[in-house]
Amino acid sequence: MQKIATRDAYGKALLELGRRYENIVVLDADLSKSTKTELFAKEFPERFFQMGIAEQDMMATAAGLAFCGKVAFASTFAIFATGRAFEQIRNSICYPKVNVKVCATHAGITVGEDGGSHQSVEDIALMRSIPNMTVVVPADAVSTEKAVEAIYKHQGPVYLRLGRPGVPVIYDDKYQFEIGKATKLKDGSDAAVIATGIMVSLALDAAEMLREEGVSIQVWDMSTIKPLDVEAVKEAAKTGAIITAEEHSIIGGLGGAVAEAAAANSPCLMGFVGIEDTFGESGTPNELMEKYKLTPESIRDKVKEILAKKSSS
Amino acid sequence: MDDKKLEELKEIAKESRVWIIKSLAEAKSGHPGGSLSCIDILTYLYFHAMNVDPTNPDDPDRDRFVLSKGHCAPALYTVLALKGFFPKEELLKLRKLGSILQGHPDAVKVPGVDASTGSLGQGLSIANGMALAGKLDRKDYTVYTIIGDGETEEGQIWEAAMTAAHYQLGNLIAFLDYNHLQIDGRIEDVMGNGNFTNRFKAFGWHVIDIDGHDLQAIDEAVKAAKQEKDAPTMIIAHTVKGKGVKFMEHVADWHGKAPSYEQALEAIQLLGGTWEGK
Repeated sequence: MQKIATRDAYGKALLELGRRYENIVVLDADLSKSTKTELFAKEFPERFFQMGIAEQDMMATAAGLAFCGKVAFASTFAIFATGRAFEQIRNSICYPKVNVKVCATHAGITVGEDGGSHQSVEDIALMRSIPNMTVVVPADAVSTEKAVEAIYKHQGPVYLRLGRPGVPVIYDDKYQFEIGKATKLKDGSDAAVIATGIMVSLALDAAEMLREEGVSIQVWDMSTIKPLDVEAVKEAAKTGAIITAEEHSIIGGLGGAVAEAAAANSPCLMGFVGIEDTFGESGTPNELMEKYKLTPESIRDKVKEILAKKSSS
Repeated sequence: MDDKKLEELKEIAKESRVWIIKSLAEAKSGHPGGSLSCIDILTYLYFHAMNVDPTNPDDPDRDRFVLSKGHCAPALYTVLALKGFFPKEELLKLRKLGSILQGHPDAVKVPGVDASTGSLGQGLSIANGMALAGKLDRKDYTVYTIIGDGETEEGQIWEAAMTAAHYQLGNLIAFLDYNHLQIDGRIEDVMGNGNFTNRFKAFGWHVIDIDGHDLQAIDEAVKAAKQEKDAPTMIIAHTVKGKGVKFMEHVADWHGKAPSYEQALEAIQLLGGTWEGK
């Protein structure tokens, strides 16, 4: 299967969008080669603002540009965007609801060798807690490209979470991305796996393993964490068991969001595949995914664990 | 600026000070000291320098203003109300539930407020963004901002100072309200050595030192700033915290404490104003 990093898809989509829309400006904090905003910078140097290693200044400057009618895409690594500049995002961007799109790459542990200091495992939790913020986590290159256009057209702040390494392309060009709408990739009756980001393709692999064992599961791509597709959660809950899967802490991310929606609307047994309240470390992305149990096998095992609870209850 | 205009601005500044006191007394909380130290600058900007129209507050060609030291919102609200952006009576609802006048400026709620501010250190960056947009769109508006002296303790101010100089934002005119006091005491005792003139010069800014209560000096400084096309200007405005109300002047305690009705009446009397019905 073809693998493309979502950050590469982002850089390409941003350039394409820049050609079509004059009011797009892009800001970066000395990481344009890594975030791939350099593609836009090369073609539109006048609309690209190099901000240096100063994420707080970048976010509030983006707000100023947005106050004057620009749609500002601000990019850096997820750890710096959502950690270092959290309060600028909150007060200068979300509080006045200006048109800034915080597009952060290198999210999660698949940053790899840079280690735990650079692996954001809490960014989804931070961003979804801010009023007025929309949080989008694309699963592959195709959904990233469609999401970039959708967030440009969306009025207000957005957090777009992107990754460093190549991930399998699961969608074809017919895929339609809509903010707030989950995609059911596989139907099933025993349990539902709701995944986001790079965990979506792993969830599809897990579904295949389970099918061979006679277990039928739904697989959902929850590409928008906020606003959450509550109808999708309700439908998933009809199976009686929901398992979430994310490359993020099990605290406050997709799992938390789905649990909130399920508890309020359609309580069911739940299991959470994610990073178990710990920091990451150096290693290759694959080694880290194995060590931190972000694999099809981990999803399969979690499904079976919850199904065992379901049958004994 | 001719004598007639000068007298007119002085009269508006006086009226503004009275309204600041009234609104804070009604609110029973807020920041009089810094509001009174920057009100002469705000009066000058809104009643002489800035191209703004209360009937068209979102005009894309208008001059912009960002109150980076957002806690001095009562000063900004007062000039906006006197200018006609909203009725003066609203000033007496400052900080009250349901009022558009939040404790710190809210651009969504208040006509004429160009940016939401209050968390210190962020407004200068926002002003930079507006100035960058102006240059990109080849518009000739000017972006004005006021930062606090204590606010320069925020690291982001210096990030923004680098950005403004790097992008040669000649369309940005900033004021530093140098009233020498912050919540915990004298600036120099809390952090740093002051010396803002040298610091901003070292960062590549065009710097002018003035008496921040001298309207004629403010006018000359802004005119000089407009001549500088390739660098941002920082006007270091030497001011007095609590200016105009003798018992508030130079007293750090009046940074964030509202006057009682009795104190407000005394203050208004000192300013030569009246408050009917109180």
